[in-house]
Order: sequence, then C-alpha cells, then structure tokens
Amino acid sequence: MSALRPLDKLPGLNTATILLVGTEDALLQQLADSMLKEDCTSELKVHLARSLPLPCSVNRPRIDLIVFVVNLHSKHSLQNVEESLCHLDAAFFLGKVTFLATGAGRDSHCSIHRNTVVRLAHTYRSPLLFCDLEIEDFRATMAQRLVRLLQICAGHVPGVSALNLLSLLRGSENPSLEDL
Amino acid sequence: MDETLAEFFRRTILKIPMTEMMTVLKTWNFLSENQLQTVNFRQRKESIVQDLVLLCEENRASLNDAALLDIIYTQFHRHQKIWDVFQMSKGPGDDIDLFDMEQFKSSFKKILQRALKNVTVSFRDAEENSVWIRIAWGTQYKKPNQYKPAYVVYYSQTPYAFTSSSQLKSNLPLLGQALTVASKHHQIVKMDLRSRYLDSLKAIVFKQYNQSFETHNSTTSLQERSLGLDINMDSRIIHENKVEKERVQKVTQEIFGDYPQPRLEFAQYKLETKFKSDLNGGILAEREEPLRCLVKFSSPHLLEALKSLAPADGEVISSFLEGPSVITRSSKVGKGIEESRRTCEY
Repeated sequence: MSALRPLDKLPGLNTATILLVGTEDALLQQLADSMLKEDCTSELKVHLARSLPLPCSVNRPRIDLIVFVVNLHSKHSLQNVEESLCHLDAAFFLGKVTFLATGAGRDSHCSIHRNTVVRLAHTYRSPLLFCDLEIEDFRATMAQRLVRLLQICAGHVPGVSALNLLSLLRGSENPSLEDL
Repeated sequence: MDETLAEFFRRTILKIPMTEMMTVLKTWNFLSENQLQTVNFRQRKESIVQDLVLLCEENRASLNDAALLDIIYTQFHRHQKIWDVFQMSKGPGDDIDLFDMEQFKSSFKKILQRALKNVTVSFRDAEENSVWIRIAWGTQYKKPNQYKPAYVVYYSQTPYAFTSSSQLKSNLPLLGQALTVASKHHQIVKMDLRSRYLDSLKAIVFKQYNQSFETHNSTTSLQERSLGLDINMDSRIIHENKVEKERVQKVTQEIFGDYPQPRLEFAQYKLETKFKSDLNGGILAEREEPLRCLVKFSSPHLLEALKSLAPADGEVISSFLEGPSVITRSSKVGKGIEESRRTCEY
C-alpha cells in the first residue's frame, strides 16, 4: 500500500474520478449521490474511502481530485484526515487536493475550531471549502462546485489546469491568513 | 383498620396514574366489580382515592393486601427501580433438589423473621416460574418501614435473582443469606450488571439475545445490506473499503444479531494489567506486578453504543456479552481504557 501518486496511471477516456475521504459514511454517500445527479459532459466516478492508504487495487482508475471531509463536530474525523495526509504523494498538492469542512452551521456542536481547519488547509497549500453537508440545498450547490473542480483537475476544461485553479483560488483568500 | 394502614393504602393508590387505575385494581382483584362500580371515577383523584380506601376498609383489608397492591404497582412500573443481579451456586457434589415454591416461600419468610422480628414479607407469583418478593424492613424495636421496601424477583428454575437496590443497604447480606438458604444454594455472588430494564437484564443473563438463525439466503443478502445500499445503487460510486466494511458488518452481526439489543446501562469489570509508558520511568509502568483496575462502562443504552463502535475488536465485544471476565487481550477498546487511565494518573 504505497502512497497515492497523481500521475502513475493513464487517464481514462473522458473519465474524471474523485476520491472522497472522510469518516462520516452517510454524508459522503449523500454527497456522492448529489454529485452524480449533476449534468456533466465527462463520465464521473466517485470513490469513497474512510482513510488513506487505500487497500491495494489494480483496477482503480487515476484519481483526479481528492476531497478530505472534516466534520467539525468530531475530533476523530480531523485526526483521521491528518493521518491520511501522510500517505499522499507531494505532487497531489498541486491543485488536486481540497479540504471540505462540514457542520459549521451548528456552532454549539462544534468541537474543532474553524481556525484549526483553516490552518491545516494553509499548511498544505490547498483550498478549503465550508459546507453543511446535512442540508440538501447546500449539498447540491457544493456538489456542483466539486463537479466543476473535478472537471478542471481532470483536464477536461480547455485553458484551465489544476495548478491555475489553485493560484486563482489562493488569490481570493483573506490575506491575513498568510500571517498564521 | 388502623390509621397507618389506611394511610399506606391511600399513598399506594395515589401513586397509580389514572390511566392505569382500572387495570391495576382489576389485577389486584381485591375489590369486587360491584364495589368498583360504586366509585365515581370522574371525580378528582383525591376523592376517588378516598372512596377506594373506604371500600378497602369495608372489605377489612390487611397489610398483606396492601403489600400485594404495592407489588402490582411495581410490576407495572418496574423501570422506575434500578435492578441488580445476583447469582447463586450450589457447592460441588450436591444433589439436584426438586424446587417447591411453597417451601421456598415459607423458608424465606422464616429466616427473615428469625433474624429481624419486624419485617413484612409478601409474595406474588409471576410468569416463567418467577416470584416477586416484597420485603419491608424494620428492626428489633421499630415497625417495618412500608415506604422503602426492597423487591426481589427470583426465577426458580435458574440460579438468578434480581433485586431492586433498596435504600437500606445494611440488610443486603441478610437478604442474600435468606435467598441462598431458602433456595438450597450455598453461595451468592453479586454480578456486575445493573439496569432499570428488567427485561434486558433477563435477556443478558439468560442469554436470550442474538437469536439469529443462519438461513441459506442470509449470506447473499449480507453484501447488499452491509453497506446500507439500495438496490438501485449507482454503479459509479465505488467504496474503497468495501472488504473492510463487509468484514465489520459480518462481525457485528455475528455478535449482536439483527434484533434490538437488551438495554444495558452500566457494566463494570475488574482488569489486571501492566501499563506501558512513552515517558521514561512512568510511575505506573515501573511496577513489577500487574495493577488491579476497575473498568466502568455507563451509557443510556450501552450495547447499542458498543455496536456502533465498529470497527471494534470482535473478541472484546463477545467477551463483554458473556459476562464478567477479565479483559486481557489488547484491543482498540482496551487500549483506549489504558490510555485514559494513564492520562488521569499522570
């Protein structure tokens, strides 16, 4: 079970594969369903995993985008993501990794501070998205965003690459984060 | 009928909620149908209770009848008490005696009355060869306190008895002794199970849980059920940990079965273990002999909580259900306990 590498497999024809990593199985499943409902010119494949490293499988297609889902209500999910990050090849962090934090809406249930996740995303130089995956409308919107991100990362959008996107997303961040 | 008895009747009947009043009174079967019909049940509760107490006086109700009513009330509201479990055992080489309920009852009563002059003992037979015993404790000089009785549910065909934790704990050894001698056992031991739900305790102690029978179709449907998938699941979603999830599901199902778990709230185990420490020369880790610890689990519904702990080590869970035993194998649960003990020691 070696580290996951971004370019060690050939891409499938018009296929884009996303890997959702997180401890909350039900939320991941719902997000996957929402993503597959979107209209998309590419063929989508969603892989759901609890943590990295993934069990050995030769049949897995090339992974174009990895989304780490952290539930702000559960310290265990953050710990799980932090441990999984070690098993990822550094080349993935050039735009093919995104963090998604859920559960920020119910502040009284949050046991992880927002800043913890913000700092984590900043350490790994990857974008961070906030979304309450339990609410259907927000989930549908996030699914749309993720599908679009996935298409770019898979190279299906002419003129934009994952690295371009990364610098575009970074530019819109609050500049005070650089001081963290 | 003297004042204290009338007051006891009044308070006992007052406890019964109006919705259950008729059922309880009919189960008690002390007041006849005609008498019950003379009572106007549309009045305020205090007036109804007064009428009922007057009827009891007419029928010359005794303390025994009142105690019986109290037992019936408790049987209806058994979840209001916390129940402990006791296990009795015979010595080796004892013949199997035939159990005689009447002989047990008279023997039990005699033992208690010989030790404490003032004690009220009442019996009521219930289903599955069980008997509900109500004991109101007094001392040599004081009359029995009818308002703090202890209840014992003894299943005559088994060595188990369930007792409600009475507030008068000093009488517990005497109760244990009476039970043991009357039922012709030699030893009585308190088990580490306590709960409000008598049925759940019964299910655990009599091993009535987890009655899933293997059928031919069960293995094929496992894969579909295991991931909570619909039949119309999208084939574009791939679960990476499918093998692991199926294994966890299988283990959980083998141990817990498909049926709802008995409702356990509190369990504790004795643990003998040595501690490891990352720091050099931890206080606990330096000891030669293993340390004796007490591990307590408590939760509103302990077994369901454990069931949702998957993936957890199946061995630990099954030993948990088998009864008190020393957890010597290390597992995620066990390690977690060791970690938490270590942190609170340091």
